[in-house]
Amino acid sequence: MSSENFDPTLIGFLCTWCSYTGADLAGTARMTYSPNIRIIRVMCSGRVDPQFVIKAFKEGADGILISGCHPGDCHYKEGNYKALRRHRLLRKMLEQFGIEKERLRLEWVSAAEGAKFQNVCDEFTEQIKELGPLNIMKGDINEYREA
Amino acid sequence: MSTEKPKVAFYWCASCGGCEEAVIDLAEDILKVTAAVDIVFWPVAMDFKKTDVEAMEDGSIAVSFINGAVRNSEQEEMVNLLRRKSGLVVAFGSCSHLGGIPGLANFWNRKTIFNSSYHTSPSTDNPEGTIPQEKHIMEDGKELTLPRFYDTVYTLDQVIDVDYYLPGCAPPKHLIMTAITAILEGKLPSKGAVLSPNKSLCDDCGRNDSKPEKLAIKAVKRPWEVEMDNEKCFLAQGIICMGPATRSGCEERCILGNMPCRGCFGPTDQVYDQGAKFLGAFASLLDSDDEEEIEKIVNTIVDPAGTFYRFSLPSSILRRKRMETVK
Repeated sequence: MSSENFDPTLIGFLCTWCSYTGADLAGTARMTYSPNIRIIRVMCSGRVDPQFVIKAFKEGADGILISGCHPGDCHYKEGNYKALRRHRLLRKMLEQFGIEKERLRLEWVSAAEGAKFQNVCDEFTEQIKELGPLNIMKGDINEYREA
Repeated sequence: MSTEKPKVAFYWCASCGGCEEAVIDLAEDILKVTAAVDIVFWPVAMDFKKTDVEAMEDGSIAVSFINGAVRNSEQEEMVNLLRRKSGLVVAFGSCSHLGGIPGLANFWNRKTIFNSSYHTSPSTDNPEGTIPQEKHIMEDGKELTLPRFYDTVYTLDQVIDVDYYLPGCAPPKHLIMTAITAILEGKLPSKGAVLSPNKSLCDDCGRNDSKPEKLAIKAVKRPWEVEMDNEKCFLAQGIICMGPATRSGCEERCILGNMPCRGCFGPTDQVYDQGAKFLGAFASLLDSDDEEEIEKIVNTIVDPAGTFYRFSLPSSILRRKRMETVK
């Protein structure tokens, strides 16, 4: 698929206290941004289990955004630091699976940063368009026979 | 041969033979087993052929214990045959349960594996560059065939329906005996159960008390880089121990030998993906809030995917490396 007509599927895990509210602000302020992202609200970026990320990739996501409060602002004090540590290690591990590290993005977006959320979504969509579709196989034994 | 005794089969696929050894290691207890059952098929130890199994009535084998992962067409055919002939199928050992060590081949594919095995490995002496062919016609016109080698290693339950799982590399004696006794007495848990306690290894670990209130890891060490304390929690020493994400029941064989857990029992029932779950737990212990410093600590982890999925890659959510990126 060429990058012009590839419409990436993006998943965004946003913390309820900062980033989800930031996205909400972008919406109520009628800022427009690329509609590729599907938002999942979580209580904290530290709640994002690496299993969620991997499952999302497996089920067809081309890129995943994890977004939480700025360092020092976490509602639970250190959840976002945990998200940061997991993001760095998970990104490294995903590369071993042939999943480019750019496909997993971490951003700090506060409740006041609707414009930042808008920018992140647009930029991320463009970036993933350039990378192309992820095309993860199901990995069934029947898939092998068809190939 | 008494006809009332239940029939039992053992088979091996992509495995090292350690699971067969585990059966032999039952020592005198194996006499109790053979007193209670008839072993009708066991290629490693007894002379029965595939045709003997084919001649049996469907469902006539009470239970088949199958070890090893499935990675070629012969193994696929044999496990399908045994499934048809058996009432119960037990995935025996890490390889059939999770994919095991052979499952690490899922970071590669047939082409790259053949290239390494038949061309580039230092011990290869193959001047004509021969690689295995699935079919060859001899000069006398006779056709020889070999099974097809797959790109991907599969767990047993990705190929056939599996009733129970006996975890471990290899399964320890007490779990094998408990499982066989449960089958003979008909006291089995619900289908699909892993026949080992559903809690994490840390719950049972003798070193649990030595774990500090807050684990904090500044640098990750590999076992050969440090002299390991033989009483202290491995994670507290900065050594990767899969205990938090691994099912208990092994009686801490590795820990007692002063080696960290490598995860051969797979995850507990609550976890889908052992490697990802461990990554989540482990990364949060890294002792820094600073991006650059975190990056530095992460760089001390040499092979996260191979370490966290050492035994469970084919059973994981992603199952294998993205095909188009295998080089």
